[in-house]
Amino acid sequence: MSALAVTEPAGRLESVSTGSALELRGITKMFGALAAIADVTMTVQSGERRAVLGSNGAGKTTLFNCVTGDFLPTSGTIRLFGEDVTTFPAHERVRRGLRRTYQISLLFGGLTVADNVYLACRGVSRGRFSLLRPRRGDPLLHRAEELIDAVNLSESAGTLVAELSYGQQRQLEIALALAGAPRLILFDEPAAGLSPTERAELIRILTSLPGHIGYVIIEHDMDVALRVAESVTMMHNGRVFKEGTPEEIENDPEVQALYLGGGHG
Amino acid sequence: MAVIDNTDRSTAPEKASPGWFESVPTAAWALAAIMLIMPLLANDFILFQVFGWTFILGMIALSLMFLAGYGGMVSLIQMSVAALGGYMVAIFGTSGMTDISIGLPWWVFIPIAIVVATIFGTIVGALAVRTEGIYTIMITLAIASAFFYFTRQNYAIFNGYSGFNLIVPPQLFGVDWRSPMPFYYLTLVCAVLSYLLVVYVSRSPFGLALQGIRDNPRRMAALGYNVTAHRIAAYAFASAIASVGGILLVWQNAQISPGTAGIPAVIDILVIAVIGGIGRPIGPFIGALIYVLLRTFSPDVLTTFGMSGERFKLLIGLGFLALVFWSPDGVLGMWDRWKARRARRADPLTGETET
Repeated sequence: MSALAVTEPAGRLESVSTGSALELRGITKMFGALAAIADVTMTVQSGERRAVLGSNGAGKTTLFNCVTGDFLPTSGTIRLFGEDVTTFPAHERVRRGLRRTYQISLLFGGLTVADNVYLACRGVSRGRFSLLRPRRGDPLLHRAEELIDAVNLSESAGTLVAELSYGQQRQLEIALALAGAPRLILFDEPAAGLSPTERAELIRILTSLPGHIGYVIIEHDMDVALRVAESVTMMHNGRVFKEGTPEEIENDPEVQALYLGGGHG
Repeated sequence: MAVIDNTDRSTAPEKASPGWFESVPTAAWALAAIMLIMPLLANDFILFQVFGWTFILGMIALSLMFLAGYGGMVSLIQMSVAALGGYMVAIFGTSGMTDISIGLPWWVFIPIAIVVATIFGTIVGALAVRTEGIYTIMITLAIASAFFYFTRQNYAIFNGYSGFNLIVPPQLFGVDWRSPMPFYYLTLVCAVLSYLLVVYVSRSPFGLALQGIRDNPRRMAALGYNVTAHRIAAYAFASAIASVGGILLVWQNAQISPGTAGIPAVIDILVIAVIGGIGRPIGPFIGALIYVLLRTFSPDVLTTFGMSGERFKLLIGLGFLALVFWSPDGVLGMWDRWKARRARRADPLTGETET
């Protein structure tokens, strides 16, 4: 877990970057007549670590899906590192340094752990269509090994992902998101279903990420969320309800009434 | 081609370097030796009709296996792609239809045939990848039947109902490649090369990414892959293999007509792939051997029991139903389960089996 040597972003990508990693302007996503998120405006600075809180149905995952390009927003604009990516397909956003993990693990069950991570490394580099097998000294194979090591899965590298335990699959999710040169990672409830030990491990992985990697984390567990985030966005009914530091949010009476003490989360 | 294939996904031969041949099991070497000396053991009919046809159908079914097993896309267009390759050989090469056939040399018409058929398969793929599951089957079947009716009604290029005859392979190195032994080796080499190519590519970035797309297309997009482009490229790759099969098929039959890619033939490729198993590249060849044996010898068996020899399709159909019922993953699945049972029966303390 020690060596999280995540590579620096490529210079080509750096040139288009401004101060903000992610800028959302008036994002609305309608499902039929239902507005899953409505008029969300939010800015995440480069390297910033932000938690998004909110009860079930507050629109947190929908927001992630709009940012990654899984859904197109009904209205609003998304700027990633200064570039308008509102209509870009998912893979183009990923190639610009965006990563995400999924609430329910979306992995490649028929492939081994090593293959999963290798695919993630290959996805953001050249040669995605290469018909030639990787050679023994391939730097991407080496990089995949490092990532597997970073999330403590070295002993399962040859195991089919479908045979991993739940906690191991969550760790693999994170390894996939760290592949390449991520600059902004969206973590969707990475701690859900983890044991206390695994949670401590997760916090260690998140807090030891290099400083240039920012992330947005959706987390129900306040202990995790408030320890890994510098700023907090509170969502309610598809809208941004409050923004502030973890302390401000924790001590805000409205937030306490709504979420922390509300008991309906 | 038999049932031995040690390219187990979990123990990927990534370390395939100088000593790769050590990882090939003895049984595979034995099989290779038998295949090489087969002309000493078998008569002309077996060489040409049984093995030649098995290798050809196996290659076409292999192209389906690549799409279905690695890509999760069940395409029924592969036989049409092969037939188009065959038609191109007839049209650009020489045939009995001298009005249509252009009579170009082999080193021109073979590349043309492969390229044209591959482009056709790629275009169909570009349409089909926008669908999933049963809809992929339906749209490729629809295009396959359109291809059949088109070739039957177009006389200017495809010579309609009667098609082309007298299409023979070029006399290269003074060998008549359509005589049984040369044809056996020609089809064997093509089949082995396409098999090895698929095995190799399955562990390349392209092949791995295809398997990732099969398991989880959404996540592949989230890793930076253009899922649609990757799927279309898989169709192109598979179509190239199918087109080589089609060229060999037209040489074996010395003729091609709409029925070559009629609906029964299109379905037969799917049946072959399913019987053999689409999990690994060896499956289609096992399926093809079973199909060809049934097709070749069941009329004799049926007439022995006083039934009409034309009912061989009944045997194939019943066999197919039985297999889908007991082993949906084909003969390969039965083989894997048999091996697993043997392993379980092994000594509980040492874990040793008889092998």
